[in-house]
Order: sequence, then C-alpha cells, then structure tokens
Amino acid sequence: MAIDIAHEKYPGSIYAVEIGAAKAEGGSRESVIKVGGETTLPFLFNEGAIPNPPVVGLEVFDCEPLEWPEGLTREFGDCLKDPIRWAKRCVGEFGAKLLCVRLMSVHPDWGGRSSNDAVGFLKALLGEIKTPLIVLGCGDAQKDNEVLAKASQVVRGERCLFGIATQGNYKTLAASCLADGHSIIAESPIDVNIAKQVNILISDMGFSPNRIVMHPTTGSLGYGMEYVFSIMERARLAALAGDKMLSMPFILFTGQEVWRVKEAKESATLGLEWEIATATAMLHAGANILIMRHPKAAMEVSKFIDVLMKKE
Amino acid sequence: MTVIGELVNGMYKAVGKAIKDKDKTVIQKCAKDQARSGATFLDVNTGPYSKNPIDDMKWLVETIQEAADTPLSIDSTKLDVVEAGLKLAKKRSMINSTNADDEKMDAVFSLAKKYNAQVIALTMDRSGVPNDRMRRIEMAAKIVTKAMEYDIRPEDLFIDPIVLPVNVAQSQGQEVLESIREFSHLSDPAPRTVVGLSNVSQGTKVRSLVNRTFLIMAIANGLSAAILDPLDKELMDAMITAELILNKNIYCDSFLDACRKR
Repeated sequence: MAIDIAHEKYPGSIYAVEIGAAKAEGGSRESVIKVGGETTLPFLFNEGAIPNPPVVGLEVFDCEPLEWPEGLTREFGDCLKDPIRWAKRCVGEFGAKLLCVRLMSVHPDWGGRSSNDAVGFLKALLGEIKTPLIVLGCGDAQKDNEVLAKASQVVRGERCLFGIATQGNYKTLAASCLADGHSIIAESPIDVNIAKQVNILISDMGFSPNRIVMHPTTGSLGYGMEYVFSIMERARLAALAGDKMLSMPFILFTGQEVWRVKEAKESATLGLEWEIATATAMLHAGANILIMRHPKAAMEVSKFIDVLMKKE
Repeated sequence: MTVIGELVNGMYKAVGKAIKDKDKTVIQKCAKDQARSGATFLDVNTGPYSKNPIDDMKWLVETIQEAADTPLSIDSTKLDVVEAGLKLAKKRSMINSTNADDEKMDAVFSLAKKYNAQVIALTMDRSGVPNDRMRRIEMAAKIVTKAMEYDIRPEDLFIDPIVLPVNVAQSQGQEVLESIREFSHLSDPAPRTVVGLSNVSQGTKVRSLVNRTFLIMAIANGLSAAILDPLDKELMDAMITAELILNKNIYCDSFLDACRKR
C-alpha cells in the first residue's frame, strides 16, 4: 500500500525583495535580482512555492583588504590593490550576479579616508559594473552614518540594498534609504526577539516590509553556525505561520565569518571547503542571499543552488 | 486568535437607530473602527426590533462591505436572514449560529456547505442551556459528528459552550472553562472554540475587568475565538499578551504593535 506523505501547509509567506533597478525603472542595472517570496521551508517544493532561488554575491572592498589570509588573496592576486578591477573580475571572470561593496576605507583603523573619496569610488564603480549592488559601511557607527548617507544619494534610484541598520543605529540609514529608493539590511545579534523589534522600528519609519532584509548575524561552521541555524529556523517558522514582522528574507555574510576562523587562515583548501560547507548549511536554514569571498566557493555554491532548485 | 467584533448589532441603541434610518455613516464607522482594532470577523445582527430583518441584513452587509473588507459573521436565528447575508458576502463568512438540535443543525450545516461558510455551534438544545461540563461535552460531540456528515471540517466549526453571567450563574464559569479544554479532544484535528464574551459580565459593575479576566482564563484553556468588543483596548492588549505567554507569537519589545500589524 502506498504511504500518503503528510504535507505541511503554511498560511504565511516571505516578502519578495528586489535588488537593482533597470533603466526602465530609473536605474542603470542590466539585471534585477529578486529574493524571497517563498511559502514553505527551504527546498520543500511539495509543500509550497519557492519562486526565487537563493543568490550568491561576491564581496569587494573600496581599498586593499587588510589581513585577508593567503588562501583568499591568491585567488585575486594583484587586483585587490585596484578595487574597480577587483569588482570587474568578480563579475566578468567569476560570474558574480550580485556585488557587495564594503566601504572599509573610511574606518579609522583602515586609513580613515574621507567619505567623499569613498563615495567617489562608489560612483566610479557604478559606471563600470552593471550588476545590482549591496552597499555596506565600515562597521564604525559614526563613520557609517556619514558615508552611507552620501553613498545613498550617489546611487539614488538604483534600488541598492544598504547596510547595516541595528536596534541602536537605524534612523539615519533608514531615512537615507527611504529618500533615495533603496532597501535596507536590519541586523540583530543572533536574537529572534531583537530581529523582530528592528524590523518593527524600521517599518515604523515608513519602510515597506518588502524593502527589508534581515541579517541574523552569521556564524561559521564550528563557531556557532548551529545556533544561527536554529534562530533562523525559528524566525522562518514564525513567518510562515503569519508573523509579518519576521517575514523578511535573510542575508548572511558567510565569507566574512569563515575567513577569520583558524582553519581557513591556516589552510587554503580547508578555507575553501569551510566556506562551501557553511554556505550550503545556511541555504537549508533559509538564507536568501549569501555574501561570499572565495570565488571558487561562490561558484560551487551557485552550482549547488541550481541542483537544489531542480526540484527533484 | 479569531476576534469577532460584536458591535454591529441592532440591539445597541445607536446601531438600531441607524438601521431604522438607513444611516450608513454610523454602521461604516463602527465596522472600520472594529477592523482597525483587530477584528478578524465582524458580527452582523439586525437586532430584536427589526421589522424586516431580511432587508435589514442585506442593507447591513452591503453597507459594511463598502467600508471594510473584513469577513462577516452573519448573526441570526432565522435561516432566511442568514442566507440573505451569505448571498451578498464577498469574503468567506461565518454563520452565527446553530444549536445542537438535529433539525437546526441539518439546516444550518446545509447552508454552510452551500456557501462554504464557517459555523458557530452552541452547546444547547430545546431542553435549554446545560449546567455542567458533561452535558456541554455531550452536545459538542453530537455537533462534531453531525458536522462530519455534512463534510464540514472541524477547523471550520466553532463550538460555543455558552457563557453565562457571573452574577447569576457563578458555578458555570469553571464548567465552561473545562468544557473548552475538553472540546479539543473530540476530534483530530480539533474543532475550534468560541465564546460570546460580554455575556460573562452582564449586569456587573466592572464589565471590562470581568470580560478581560475571563478571556485570559479561556485562552489559557485553549479558546480559539471570541465574540467581543475590539474597541476595548485593555481587553485586546490582554488577549495579545496571553497569546504571547502561550508562545503563539515571538516576543519583541513592541509586541503589542507587532501583533496589531499582522
């Protein structure tokens, strides 16, 4: 006798967020990326719709990265000294469909260059690269409020995804993004309660929920990944049960986390595998956007997403 | 939690007068206020003084739907009035209500099937309101069985154990609360449960407090829906908090706002 498999049916769905604006929409991107929109847990095609596959983005800085392990720098070689060339390689050679630009150079520990210079770089990059963009600050709240406000204006109308807003510092960035038509990354410290709270605070400023992406904070394999996984799972189940203030797609900065752990620093091979393993695990936790650093890891994970999305 | 707003009822003076005068603004404000305050259904009752309840029901349903898109709970003991409301309702409605008499259930469940409506079923019959939990459970079982015959899913069935005023039937509070818990064991999936909340405080001097306290106790016993006044903000806040404590929603500092945004 055939066994009838029970299928879960969820009343909720994840908001679909678009990154990038094409010419017709007032931007200059050659493609638009859509994430989210699913009505079920990851890759359970029998239980609901998964209209948009997860997407992998590569990360570039606006200056030469400090203290990147050799396993990572040797993949890029000389171009790390020239961020525009670096970005072009990511798109042209490594096939990145999404680019995450980190304006690190304004950080006091990274040379502290003026925000105008950093924004000048972003403007130049915008002309050279036609993929949708994610734009991040340097992690110093004061510097970020200054540089991201200017950056937001420079890429006005391009529907970028800007980050990072936190419970303690979201108003300046949210106001800029609202004014210039961008989406925003809402971060919480591996805490589902705070994640929900930040989403509410940002929504209260007039942000439509389909312009918010959640960053639950990332953990690498062996360094808290399971905890992040369980928090994401809890948030996703609540979202699918109808909690609108947790129904935003997830972004994870996998590359950033992996390449600072001991194993990745010590061995290039292990680092590559570590990044692939962490990223693929996070796909199953519900990651919609993975920001990666090693181009081969990014390509492998993209291929794996294609396999998963074939619905077999 | 399914919140059925009780305010569009001809029994209330202002609403009764608005029905008589065909004054849309009063009804529409009442509907919008309730929807904005968290009602997931709006009860529609022409009241005891309506001379032409069929026409009044039609007018009420059309008037409300011009202002709010909340689903309706069509409230009448008369089947032709209920059908008149169901015919015009744009969203999936609820019938309020049937009792546990066979003929009544046959008629109401047929209508529910025809219009794909959910149903409130009272655990009382022509012999009257039961005064203990056993009798309530017996009638609930009868209702669930009958609903199955009409292919009405348990999750579309809201069983009402009949709440009585605490100042006249004090012993019934606990019987009702226990009944709510027991009803959930009648089938799998379980039928849902509903109370006409305001009844519990009828004639008391602190109605809002009595309503609020009873609602929380009922929620703790597994209640899934209530007919109540959604404009009572303290009541709604307490309800949201009770569901939070039962881990039905994820906590955040603005959990009251978060719940209202749903």
